[in-house]
Parts: sequence; structure tokens; C-alpha cells
Amino acid sequence: MTTVQDLPQVRGVKNIPLEEQFTSGHRTCQGCESALVMRLMVKASGPRTIVLGSTGCMYVANTTYYSTPWVVPWMHTQLGSSGSAATGTAAGLASMMRKGKMQEEPINVIAFCGDGGGVDMGLSAISAALQHDEYNLLILCYDNESYANTDIQVSGSSPWGANSTFSPPGSETRIMNKRWKKNTAPMLATGHPGVRYVATACGSYGLDFNNKIRRALTIGGPTFIHSIDPCPKGWDYDPKYSHELGMLAVEVGLWVQYEIIDGELILNGPSRAIARGIRKRKPVEDYLLRQGRFAHFTQEDIKFFQEQVDESWEKWWAPGVVPFHLREE
Amino acid sequence: MTTTTQTMFQTESEELISGSEAIALACALADVDVITAYPIRPYDTVMQYVSQLKANGAFDCDFIVAESEHSQFEIVKHASAVGARTFCGSSGVGWFYAFEAIAVTAGLRMPVVAMVGNRALDDPGAFGVEHNDALAVRDLGWMLYWVATAQEALDIALMAWRVAEDPNVFLPMAISCDGSFLTHSQALVNVPTARDVQRFLPPYNRGNLQLHPDNPITVAPQVNEDWLMEIRRQSHEAMIKAVPVIKDAYAEFKDIFKRGDPSPFIEEYMTDDAEIIIVGMGTLALPVRVAIRRLREQGRKIGFVRVKFFRPFPTDELREVLSGCKAVCVVDRDYSFGSPSFAGVLFNDLRSALYPMEKRPQVLNFIAGLGGREVHVNDVNDMINITQKAIDTGIIEQESTWIGVRE
Repeated sequence: MTTVQDLPQVRGVKNIPLEEQFTSGHRTCQGCESALVMRLMVKASGPRTIVLGSTGCMYVANTTYYSTPWVVPWMHTQLGSSGSAATGTAAGLASMMRKGKMQEEPINVIAFCGDGGGVDMGLSAISAALQHDEYNLLILCYDNESYANTDIQVSGSSPWGANSTFSPPGSETRIMNKRWKKNTAPMLATGHPGVRYVATACGSYGLDFNNKIRRALTIGGPTFIHSIDPCPKGWDYDPKYSHELGMLAVEVGLWVQYEIIDGELILNGPSRAIARGIRKRKPVEDYLLRQGRFAHFTQEDIKFFQEQVDESWEKWWAPGVVPFHLREE
Repeated sequence: MTTTTQTMFQTESEELISGSEAIALACALADVDVITAYPIRPYDTVMQYVSQLKANGAFDCDFIVAESEHSQFEIVKHASAVGARTFCGSSGVGWFYAFEAIAVTAGLRMPVVAMVGNRALDDPGAFGVEHNDALAVRDLGWMLYWVATAQEALDIALMAWRVAEDPNVFLPMAISCDGSFLTHSQALVNVPTARDVQRFLPPYNRGNLQLHPDNPITVAPQVNEDWLMEIRRQSHEAMIKAVPVIKDAYAEFKDIFKRGDPSPFIEEYMTDDAEIIIVGMGTLALPVRVAIRRLREQGRKIGFVRVKFFRPFPTDELREVLSGCKAVCVVDRDYSFGSPSFAGVLFNDLRSALYPMEKRPQVLNFIAGLGGREVHVNDVNDMINITQKAIDTGIIEQESTWIGVRE
């Protein structure tokens, strides 16, 4: 295994590097939280980084020929290929460095994918990448809960009932998307116990985000981070509320912030306070009613949604994370 | 530092090996950096040999068993982008599973070398050879080569990295090997020394296109209608530039390794005075040559041209060699349902290549040997008899005929 870079954890937002590795030149929507995620991601990783971006908003809206925002080397990869792109890049570097064909140095390899590319199409390639302990790489799934680049279509990571162009509420059927959001990060952590680091993140918590990226890049081996990214276009709200909605997702308990480090689950931020009973979960309604994608919800729908969230906190083995429990003998 | 490769391939040797094994040895000789495997018959034999070579320390590479053909091709594509020499391969529907990755590999101008163990496309399930798998990528910017012997498989693999990695080309190349007939059949192969291979094959240098923090480029941004046409044009020009690169590389190959045909693009057999010339690809050459020898004994003037490079297509070479004959008998181990004359892929490409000639021979098509069905000497005789009739009467009754099929 090649060595890793020295990327210390940062205490205090003022200690985050000033240098930008993702700058102007992109064409993302106003209020796009994923663009912030990209910026935080490479700010944390620094310049000796290669980024692979699978098809999605952060490809199409981010990289226009002659106006790339990427200061670090960047390459497109196919929609379902974030895992393969990371593996291929890391393998190419490792092989050539070992054989003396390239100067030896730790280079961060980060592949990102949206929820369509990661939670749906690219899941098997991500799973395969997480089996290769010999390569240092990070796969970051920026989850805006729909295929937002292609006109907002429902994905396996969209919330139950959300309005999308493939799940529009109609006169006959109000709830077209009957699937509950896939529990992706725990699935990958459980399925690949050799992976030393899996985390969830949210761009609303910048310092936390920075440190999670750095831990993922320095712990060694393949790692995975799942980030929740409010999307003004897909979620249908005023762009100025992106940050606030990210925080609300955590505060109502719908999105749980945690790290799984070497097999240890550590809740962090508001999720930790909620789990300890220090802080009360806000009602899910506060979150749902802020977004046009849930405007068709009836009181019953909101109640159903709240029950699902309650169950994940009260009945699951690990609150909001592990969706089953040991039967008592 | 002395690598195992250098100690293992210090002297030339003659080995009884299959086409797959020959290409695996070429991987070791070429010091390939990243190789990806996924099982499907019959190509996967090459990866069995590669994994053995790696396990026994014959060469150092990152050998990755992917979880699908799609990932297999994506992994080498990205390894190639950072400057690693790569190899992978597939067969039949496996090749099709990777189709998206195969398309972008050519679009991105990554010099990936792949082996296609030609296999029928399921369903219904069939392991045997058909050329439709590799032929499906003929319009995408892959160089396509059809091999006839295990020796040729080894030789052309070395050629493939040399040509694909030439900065004037930077296109992927697929080496097509007929399933079973080549992937699994053994023949004597001369294995060159690592020193000679190093003389022939320079290291892969991606230059200012290499993805590395020292060269922080953005690869494959959105271009849309503003630039895509110019970028397609560059791939087109790369394919044109590949022609002289192939010629030069082949001349040097023959100089260093002391073997090879007069042309890298086609192989001629008894064509000088031939009135009928059979044209085909791959291991079909064997029964055709036998049939021709027998017919020659009877005084019939029959010849054979084996198309080696299908992309870039040897238009000039074929026009020249076929200009003197009366009729061309194109044997397709493939089909193109609904195509012009409801015929085969090679036939339609060849016939269109001959169209501008002032004096055109008659061109007949024969679909034969699908799904690995053997093409016998008698089948070849049938094709020649039908072609002779067209010459004698001046009428082509049927442009494309299926040979050896139950009616």
C-alpha cells in the first residue's frame, strides 16, 4: 500500500486552508449545495489530488470546455463508474510507482458520484472498489435525492412520495414513488467490514465535512462518504435556504451524521445530541413543508413519514443507521 | 533493478501454446502495468494465463478481477489516463456489457489493448465463434485486428501497444481471436526475448495528456455542439495517421524479430494469377488454404486474401490485390440483418471499398461458420462453384448465400 498524505484534522473554521482547488467557471444553479460539497472536498484534500467525476450535475454543470473550475487534475467517468474510476486511477499510480515508472508520492484519489450514479447504477462498482484494501481512494456520493441533471427524476435515494418528473402526483395516484430511501452508507459499511472509514456528511457543517474528507484520505485503503445535498431545483425551495435545509434534515432526524471508523460507529453533531437525549428531534413536518416536492402531502402522508423516522430512531439497532435488531432470546 | 521479466525472457524459446497463452506472454514481455479480468468463455483463458504468470512472479502488474465487464474496461481506461500500460478483454455479450466503457475509451483516445475471444452473442447460448461481437465497435475508433495463428496473436499484441500508444494515434486496439480455434488450440510459437521487445516497444508516454497533479488538466468536460465535431474530427485523423504508424512499426517488427508478412494489413495466398479470390478473416484461413491447394492441383486459379486489420480498413491494399480478378468471394463469419443485400459486415465494407474502381470484379457474399460451426473444405468448394457460375453466366443469382446451414 502506498503511503498517505499528511492532512491533519482541523480545529476551528479559521484553520481550513485558504487555497481553493475548485473555483469559478462552473455553471451550477444558484444555491447548489453540491457545488459547495465539491469545493469543501478538494479544499480538504489539497493540490496533490486527482478527482474523477461520474456523470451527473457535478459533471454537466461543473465542467464546460475552456472554463473548468477544477484546479486539481479532473477526469470524467461514466455514470456507474465512480468505483471503477477510483480503482483504475489508484491501480495505475500504484503500479507505475512500484515499478519505478513514476516518482513515488502519495496522491489522493477521489471519485464522486451523485445518488443516481452511486446509490443506483454504480453500486456494484463501488462495492468492488471497497474490496481492494491495497488502494487508497475515496468515493464521495453527493446525494441530491434525484437525477437532478436530467430534469429531476426519482432515484433509489429519493425520499418516499417526493414529486419528481418520473413520480408526479396525479389525480388518481398521489404517491407515485413508493420506495423508501436506500440506506446506502450502512449497507456499504456492513458489506465491506475491511473498509476502515465510512461516513455521512452534510455541507451545512463545513468544518465537520473538511475533517471527514481528511480522515477518509489518510486512514488508508478505500473509503466512502455519503453527503446529503439540498437542491433548490429538485426539492423546490428558495435557493437561499439550502444551508438551512441541510441542517433541518439532520435536526428532524431524517439524515443521521456519523462516522464508522475501524468498525466503531460514532454519531456526531446534532445526531449525537439527539441520540444522547440532549436535544429533541424536530418534527419532520418542519422539513417537509419547506419543500415543493412534498407540497402534495396530506396530513396522513406526513404522519406516515414521521412514523418511519420515529421507528428508525426508536426500534433500530443503531438509531437511524442499522435497521434491524437482535431478537431477544 | 532487474525485473523477473528480464530474467525469464533472456533467450528466445519455442513453446507449444494457445493463442490466449501467447497473448498472456506478450503482456509479460510488454511489462503491462494494469490488467483487468472478468470471466466469460472463451477469451478468459488469457486471464487464466496472466494470473498464473503474475502468481509465479513472471511479471509485475496490478491484476484486478473486476465485478463486471463494464468495470473491467472502465478500470483500464482510467489506469491508461494516468499513464499506465493496460490490457483487458472479453467475449460475446461480455464485450457488449462493457459497451459504454468501450465507446468512451475510444472517444477519450486511451490506448487500451483488448483481446476479444470472438463468440456468438447469446441468446440462445453458444460458446463458438462469430465476429459480431468485435465488429459491433467498428465505427467507434477502435483499431480492430483479426488473428489467424497463435504466433500472430503474440506478435500483434506487441504491435498493438506500439501502435496504440503512438502519440499520433492514441486509439485503443482490439485483437480478435476466433473462439476455440485460436483461444484454445495450441501451436508452436516463437517467444522473443525481453530485450528485443524493449527495443521494439518504447514505454507508454502520455505526455501533456497525462492525468497527474503535476499536469492538472480537465479531461472530457462538456463540449456539446461547440466542440464535439472538432473532437470527432481528431479521432478521424488519428485513424488516418494510424496507417503509416502501423506500416513503420511492422517494418521495424520484421527487422527485429525476423518474421511477418509483406503487408501488416492483409495476407495474400496464391493471388498472383487468381481469377477468384476468397476474402475472409481469422482462422477461416486454414480450410480455405487447403481447399485452394487442392483446386490448384486441378488447375483452378483460386487465391485468398485474409483481412488482418479491419479498422483501419485496408482499402488501398484490397483494391490493388482484387483489381485483377474476375470475382471476389467474401466469407463472413458474421451477419448484419437487414443490411444492404441482407449480407455480412465484411462483404458490405469490402464491396463499398471496391465501388470507385474502374473495372470492378463481381462480389459475392457467403455467410458461414456461425456459432463456431466448422467451415469445411467442401463448404469452400461450394462457395467457389457458386462464384464460378456467376463468372460463367455473368449473373449473380444471389448476392449473399448461407453455406452449411440446414434449410
